[in-house]
This record gives sequence, C-alpha cells and structure tokens, in this order.
Amino acid sequence: MPTVNGPLWALVALPLAVGTALAAAGRRADRCAPAVAVGTATATLGLALVVARTRPRTEAPLLAGLPARLAVDGLSALMVVTVTAVTVAVLLFSVQDLGPGAARARFFGLMLLFAGAMLVTVVAATLPVLLMGWEVMGAASWALVGHRWRDPEPTRAANTVFVTTRLTDLGLYLAAGAALAGGGLAGSLALADLPHLTGPWLTAATAGIVVAALGKSAQLPFSFWLSSAMWGPSPVSALLHSATMVVAGAYLLLRLGPLLSATTWGGPAVAWTGALTALALGLVALAQSDLKQLLAASTCAQIGFMTLAAGVSAATGGTLQLVAHAAAKSLAFLAAGTWMTAWGTQALPALRSAARRHPATGVPFTVAALTLAGLPPLALWSAKDLLLAGALAQNVGLYAVGLAAATLSAGYAAKALWFVWRPAPTPAGQPPPRLAPAPPPRLTHATLGSLLLLTAVCAGLSALSLPPVRAAVDRQLGDVTPGSGGQPGPEPWELALSGGLAVAVLAGAAAAARLPAVTRAVTSAGARPGAGPRHRAARWCRAWLALPDVARALSAGVHRVARALAAFDDQVLARGVNGLARNLPAPTLAALDDRVLARSVNGLARGTSRLATWTAAEAERRVEAAVEGVAAAARAAGRRARAPQTGQLHQYLAQAAAGFTVLAVLFVALAR
Amino acid sequence: MLTVLVLLPTAVAVSLLCLPRGTPRSVHVAWTATAVVELALTATIWLRHPAGGGLSHQERARWLPSVGAGYHVGVDGLSLPLVAMSCVLFLACALYTWRQTDRVREFAVLFLFLQSTSLGLFVALDLILFFLFFDLSLVAMYFVIAGWGHRDAARSALLFFLYTFTGSLALLLGFIGLYLAADPHTFDIVELTRDDPLAGRTTHGALVLLAVGVGLAIKTPTVPFHTWLPPAHTDAPAAGSAVLAGVLLKMGTYGFLRIAMPVMPGAWRGAAVVFVVVGVVSVVYGALVAFAQTDFKRMVAYTSVNHMGYIVLAVGAAGTLGGDGPAGDRARHLAVTGSVFQMVSHGLLTGALFLLCGVLYERGGTHRTAAYSGVAHRAPVFAALTGVAAFASLGLPGFSGFIAEFQILTGSLGPQPVATGLALLGVLLTAALLLRAVRQVFTGPLRLPPTGPGQATTTRSFPDLAWHETASLTPLLALAVVLGLLPRFVLDVIEPASLGVLRLLAR
Repeated sequence: MPTVNGPLWALVALPLAVGTALAAAGRRADRCAPAVAVGTATATLGLALVVARTRPRTEAPLLAGLPARLAVDGLSALMVVTVTAVTVAVLLFSVQDLGPGAARARFFGLMLLFAGAMLVTVVAATLPVLLMGWEVMGAASWALVGHRWRDPEPTRAANTVFVTTRLTDLGLYLAAGAALAGGGLAGSLALADLPHLTGPWLTAATAGIVVAALGKSAQLPFSFWLSSAMWGPSPVSALLHSATMVVAGAYLLLRLGPLLSATTWGGPAVAWTGALTALALGLVALAQSDLKQLLAASTCAQIGFMTLAAGVSAATGGTLQLVAHAAAKSLAFLAAGTWMTAWGTQALPALRSAARRHPATGVPFTVAALTLAGLPPLALWSAKDLLLAGALAQNVGLYAVGLAAATLSAGYAAKALWFVWRPAPTPAGQPPPRLAPAPPPRLTHATLGSLLLLTAVCAGLSALSLPPVRAAVDRQLGDVTPGSGGQPGPEPWELALSGGLAVAVLAGAAAAARLPAVTRAVTSAGARPGAGPRHRAARWCRAWLALPDVARALSAGVHRVARALAAFDDQVLARGVNGLARNLPAPTLAALDDRVLARSVNGLARGTSRLATWTAAEAERRVEAAVEGVAAAARAAGRRARAPQTGQLHQYLAQAAAGFTVLAVLFVALAR
Repeated sequence: MLTVLVLLPTAVAVSLLCLPRGTPRSVHVAWTATAVVELALTATIWLRHPAGGGLSHQERARWLPSVGAGYHVGVDGLSLPLVAMSCVLFLACALYTWRQTDRVREFAVLFLFLQSTSLGLFVALDLILFFLFFDLSLVAMYFVIAGWGHRDAARSALLFFLYTFTGSLALLLGFIGLYLAADPHTFDIVELTRDDPLAGRTTHGALVLLAVGVGLAIKTPTVPFHTWLPPAHTDAPAAGSAVLAGVLLKMGTYGFLRIAMPVMPGAWRGAAVVFVVVGVVSVVYGALVAFAQTDFKRMVAYTSVNHMGYIVLAVGAAGTLGGDGPAGDRARHLAVTGSVFQMVSHGLLTGALFLLCGVLYERGGTHRTAAYSGVAHRAPVFAALTGVAAFASLGLPGFSGFIAEFQILTGSLGPQPVATGLALLGVLLTAALLLRAVRQVFTGPLRLPPTGPGQATTTRSFPDLAWHETASLTPLLALAVVLGLLPRFVLDVIEPASLGVLRLLAR
C-alpha cells in the first residue's frame, strides 16, 4: 500500500540535499559549512530516533511495476541511529581537523552525502534503492579519499577504492537481474522476496549479493582497497571504517540471513570467509608498524566477525558487534587523528608515549583499543562470544578460528597501546624523544566533546553484555530474523575463555613492556630486514598479504589487453575497412601480426611444454600465410578500388548518384 | 504542429542566408531563439501527448503517391523523448558556440538544418521520409566536420560520409525489399507494421533484415562497423561531436525500435541472438579499446560504442525466447524501456562530455590526456563539471545513466544470462577508464601543454568556464540528475510504447 512517510523520506533526503548543495556551492560556503553540516547531522539524528520508534514503511513508483520502497525494521532502526550518531560525532570533530583554510564546503558536503547514501542503503527495501545508496556511497568515498587532490597518491587510492568496490557491486546488478527473471509476476525486486527464488536464479542472486557484500566490507580477497582508503583525512577514515561503507556489506548479509539459509552453500561460505578474514587480517594488523594501517586491518578483521555471524545466523551477535565496533573504531580514528595532525606522523615508533603526553586523547584511545581487544566487560567481548556461540553450534573448527582471531585482536590492540603508553626513551645512548619538537594537540571544545561523547558511548555499550539488555536487542531483531530468539547464547565457559584470553594477552604485553630485551625486539622489528621464513611471513603480512600487488597485476593485464585491442582496432579494423591497402603493405600487416598475435601466442606458450611451442609456431606460420594472402588480395583490390578513389567529393557524389540511379531503376522496374 | 517543429529551423536557416549578412551576435540570437522555440514546441507536444500512449499529432500529406510514399509524421513514446532530448542538445550547442567567430552564419545554418533533419527523422512514419532525413543529416554533418574540424578534418569527414552513406544505401535496399513485400506496395511505416508483410517468408525476411540491420548498425555504430566514429569525433568541432554522438547515433538504434522490430517481427526473433552478440561485443570491446586511448576525446568516442552496445543488447534480448512466462515478459519490457531511456540519457551525457572536450581543446590545444595535469588548479568549475559528467556517464545512481543501464541489464539478464553477465564488465571498465582520465587531467600538480618550444608548462592561460559554457553544460547535467532521480515522467511516456513494440514483436 503506497503511503508517504515524511520523517523517513526526510531522513534520507535531508543529508543528501544539504550535502549536495554544500559541495556544489564550493568555496563560497566554506565559512558556514561546518555549522550547516553539524546542524543537518543533528537534525538527521533526531529523524533517525523518530523513525526508529515509529518503524515506518513507504514507497514511490520508480520503474515499471518495481516501486522504490523504504522501510525501517528492528535491524535498520538500530543502524540508522548508529549511522547518524557517529556522523554527528565525526563532523563535530572535523570542525577542528579541517581548519578554516581547507576546502570545508566540499568536505562537509561530501561527508553528508556519504552518510546520506549509507542511510539510503540501510532503509532500502528493494534492490534498485539499495544499489542507488550503495554506489553513491562508493562515489562519495572516492571524492573523500581523494580530498587532497593536489597530491598524486590520494587520487590514485581513490580510484582503487572506487573501481574495486564497483567490481563487486556488479554482484548487485546480477542479483537484481536474477530476482526479476526468477521472481514471476510478483517479483518486485524486494529484498524480502529474494529467499523465495528457486533454482539457478537463487544461486545467482545469492552469489551476487555475497560478492557485493564481501567487496564492500573489504573481506578476503578484496581487503586491499581499505589499505588505500587510508589516504583520506582522518575524519573520513573514522566515518568510513565505523558506521558506513565497510559495514554496509556486513549489514546486507545480516539483513539477508534468510537468503543465505535458503542455499546450502551460502551460510558456510560466508561464515568461513568472515572467520578467515578475521584471522588473516588480524595477523596483518599485528604486523603493521603504522597506526592507521593497523586500525585499517583491524577493521577488516572485526567486520570478519560480523560476516561470520551472518553466515551462522547469529544476527544478534553480529549486530551488537557492528554497533559496538562502530563506536570503538570511530573513537580510535579520531583520537589517532589528533596525534597525526599535531605531530605529522602515523608511524607507531614515532608515536611513542603519545597517550602519556596527552591524556585527553590517550584515555579515549585506550578505551577504544581495549574495546577492540575484547576486554571484559566492554561490549565487543560479549558480542563476539554471542556470535561465536552461533559458530560453535555449527562447526567446532569455525569456533576455533574465530577464537584465535579474537585473541589476535587483543594482540594488535596491545601492540598499539604498548607504543602509545611507553615512556619517552631516556637520553642515555638512545635517540632523543621524537615528539618533543611539536607541542601536543590543543583541542577545541567541539573536538573534546566528540571524543568524550564517543568514549562514554563506548564504555556505556558495555551494558549490552548484560543478559536482559541482550534479550531486548534480540526481540528488537526478531522481525528481521525470525527464530533468532532461539539462537544459542554463550555458555559461561565461553565467556570466561575469551575474556581470559584477552586479559592474558593484554597483561602479558604490559608485563613484557618492563623487559628491555622485549622492548628492543619489538621496537626494532620491521626496521631490520631479515631473510628467514619468519621475517618473510611478517613482511608478507605487513604488505597486506600481497593482495595490492595481485590487484595491480590484474589491472595491468587488463590494460595490456586493452592496448592490444586498440592497436588491432586502429591498424587492422579501421584500415582494412578503409580500403587503404595501399598504405598497408603486406610486411606491415605481417609485422603487426608478429607484434600482436604472435607475441600473445608466444606469451601463452612460454613455460609450457614443447608441444605447445610447436603448435604455436605452426599456428603462427599458418596465420601468417593467411594474412599474407589477405593482404595481397587487399592490395590488389585496393589497386582496383583506387581508380575511382580520387579524393574529390563531387566525384564520390557522382558515383553515389550513379548507384542511386541503378537502384531507382531497379526499384521502379520491380514496383510495377 | 510537427511539421512546424521540423521545418522551422530550416526556415530560419534559409532566411539567415537570404537576409543581409548580420553581425555574428544577431546570428547567434536568431539561432538560440529558434532552439528555444523548438524546445517550447516540444514541451507543448509532450503535454498534449495522450497518457495512454499510441501515436499522436499525426499529419499526412500526398507526396509521391505513384511509389506509395507519403508525407506521414507523428510521435509516440519511442520518438517523443528523443525529439525532446535533441531539442535540448541543439539548444546547448547554440549556447556553447556563443562566442564563435569563424563563419558563424554558415555554422548556424548547418546546425539549424541538422536540427530539422534530426527531428524529421524521429517523427517520420514513412520509410522514404525516414531515408530522406537520414541522408540529409549526413550531408549536413559532413560539412560541419569538413568545414570547422581540426587536423585531418577533410579526410575524417569524407570517411564518415562514405561509410555512413554506404550504410544508408543498404538501408534503402532493405526498405525497397519491404515495399515489394507489402501488398499493396507501400512505404508507410504504420501500414507496414499493421500488415507484417514478411510473415512466413523466412529468406526474404532475413535478407531485408540483413540490409536494414547493416545500415542501422553502421549508424549506431556497433563493432565492427564503428571505425568511422573515432576519426570523425576526434576531428569534428565540439558542438558537431556533441550532435553527432548525441543525436545522429540514435538514428541507428531508433531505427531498430521503429522499423526493424515492429515491421519484421519474425525475422527479428530469428536473428535476435546475432544482435545480442553484436551488442555484447560492442559493450566489452568498446570499453576495452576506450581504456587504452590516450586522447580524451577519442576515449569518449569509444565509450559511445560501449553505451550504444547496451541498447543493441537490450533490443536483441527482447527478441529472444529465454526467461519465458510473465517474468520473461516483464524482463523484456524493462529491457526495451531501458534502451529508449539509454538513448535519451546517452544523448545528454555524451553531449556534455564532448562539449567539455571542446573546452579542454580550446584552451590547451590538444586532447592528449598526458599533456595535462592538475587542471583543477586553474579551472575548478570545469574540473567539477567534468567529474560529474564522468560519474554520470559511468552509470552512477542519481544520474539518468543508471536508470537506463539498470533496466537494460536487469531486463536482459533473464532472457540472455551469459551475454548480459559479460556486458556487466562494461560497467566496470567505463568506471575505470573515465576515472583514470579525470585523475590524469584534473588532479595532481599543475601541468599544461607548453605554448611553444622551451616554454614552461604552467605559463599557458587556462581560464575557467565562461558563462555561455556553463549555461550550455549545466542544464544537460541537471537534466541527467532529474531523470536519474525522478524518471517517472519520462518512463510514463516510454513504457506504453515499449509494451507496444513487444506486442508487435510477439506476433
């Protein structure tokens, strides 16, 4: 039933419209942009609270018989509040971070656009709307990552981000086509109808959705784009990593749990991808010596848990993980961002004692890191156990991998804390304190306010660990995932085990910090090139499992194919059609054949057996002979064709007119 | 009313030639005013077009009764959006050339004549009339390229003319075949559509479709008949390129929907797979070759091959049997509607992109992307508009291209899963190539083509967009946004017509 719901439309339209207006206004609006943006974000938060309570649905006609539908249910109610709240905090923080000299209107406008697109994704109830929010979010992230466009690196990173996520977005196009083809007359491209597809269409739709979600959430094997996204300003990372963009994939998988359950392979594939991402990217995070890269890898790993939760139908655990991670990760990026702005570095060794020197940011960072570590009673501890209980119910191996990954998250959190809390080195024989030259960051009230707000939220979310609160969330999500109420809760021993592991890792790190030998080993790790397999593995982890190299190689391959095709287009198709055989003597054609065809054949053959080489040579000879023949024929034809080809337009027209006359005579003769 | 719409630009052109030579400014005013009046006329026709679809505003007159050809025009949901898009684009071109000083009167006359022929083709309901406008548009475009082009213009114009003229001869052969098959002999498209003259005559039908198909494929252009397009675009003046890609290419795909599908349904269904394959090859090949281009304008030209490929894919998929039942019918309806929408969307967006290429060339003297870097330092508005146009062209939601490509891909996937799956790659490739070019030209440290040997790379003056350039580009992009967010007012016109095409095709 088409109903118009004002607050719901306003929720998505307000940030999008104001954001577009700000970005379009350009530098003229720089002065008022922060106030307008924060005001808009706050109003959007108010609207989010309203729709979270009223749970409206609304629709509008879009395509033939395929309306655009927006709806807020239990899951999206939690999400809209999370997204808008984090946006307010991050924008407040950005007022100081993006100083008066920066292109503020563009930045704040795009941030609103980015958050607005995420809100569209969250409240979308049909695939076209989802795809619209999804891709506009990608485009906004392109513009935000490339915010500092005068430097070459940020824009290169921005292109990597957009093209990689768009590659996986193709999955949503595939899913939409499959939903329409397999949906019969009732098919409305509604997300809720996807599980009712049958046969190959169900497989295609599930595969498309899964690939799109894994790509957007930077899960294996697409994780590398998140490393590039670090070229954006810190507030962009704070928003992109916490409540938007990367969590959109996890959110989609949590929402479409019934679709994953409808196939036999969907759930396990997603669960294992999530678990392995959590494990592998946890190792990557542990290997980083750059704070931003560590946090980025940890995002992939933490979202791996949400993906795992979606795969084992532990929607409540996954959702709690999502909300708690959003608070912790945005806080971590904001606190780290102040250090990077003040001291101009994000290298961990250089940030030594940062927290000690500036507790106003050090304490919030610590709360965030301890949350990420899964320290009891902070929220991510119990959330992980809740979703791991779901994993345990399905497969012990999945649980073991998840538990190992959870321990790793304590490890990388400990590593970051270890550096920022270490006392500044003593002068004796050591390098002088590196942070000394620049004064510690001076924070405005808005910045401090946003940090305190997020710290309080982060700590307050510990309440989610209490069984009654969790049960309330469970009920809230009941309408999304029917039967999730029966989802197994963690046994006491599971909670104790994971909590104990986190405590042990953190305590171990704290204790080891007192041992000079360990200190030296950790500080110099990475600085010293080693040759052993352990060093190689560490380097491999630090380089994000070489995934960026693979992606680069793939893109270079496509480029090579494109260039070869373009050469073919210019030299063979265009000239051949032109009838310009006179300009293309046989040797040229043969040379082209050698250059393009033969080289690619040879390239394939290299490294394979001699048989392949022999075949290639034989094929080449024949192709060459054939091309020689074609070229000779073309040359002969060209000689004949050249006779009327005088280059004078009136003669061509005369010829054409003669052709016309013949046709006309034919036509009149036949028409009688 | 349609007759006025078609003939008014030519009438103004003739009076410009006959009246004493005025100042360039007065010529521009007359030209722009005519374009505005044309747009207003189209808006009136749009408002008076019946909501239920069907042909409206029909006009008939005796013309060549002895050969069964008459003057018969009318509009429906297939042609009306194209007429409107053409009028918008011609107005944009008039504004864009506001400051041109080189033989303004002749340029304006050619463009006005070109507008007549383009609108005439879209409203023609008689094959001979269609053919006449088809050929006259070639003549006008030949002189635009040859007279105002750069570099190798004469050669490129000649190649364009000869190639597409050959295509039009093939088209004429096909039309004659249709005429001979009809009983009584006629060239009237409405009568031919009603009679389905080739029903049950497989060989005759296949030959006629071959002739018509090749003629239209050259114009569209599809791989492998596209080789006239890159040189023509590279050497044409910006406004000429915009009209060539925005309006003239649509004549090919419009011909598929207006003539090939409804008049020869049996033959079309038989050969639909060929069109699917040609469409997919055009999509992927066009995108890949565009990816390798080092010349901005040439790259945009190849993306046209890619974007027009989607249309050919959709109309091909609409003729195939896969995905039967109500779901299949809905999918095909979506695909055909999307193909018409794509024509409108591509007209606006590629028009904008070619005009932007013209801005680049006018200031920098070359289209070579590697010659530029960091242009946004000097021309931020130009950079922003090009960025927006690039995202719109790569099919970002919120712009018209997404509505078009989403419908085409979603609708074609059911009938033709493998081909459409391959065509999806085109969506990715266009994103990669357009963003790479935008990054190269507009971001990074400032570097412009030197004004002379030994000159520094930052001395050249590179002013931002002038008002007339902004005024010509902004409406095109704004319209793309409106169509991307609120497509219903256009879809309401297209959908009955595309349903009609599918009904005729299913006979």
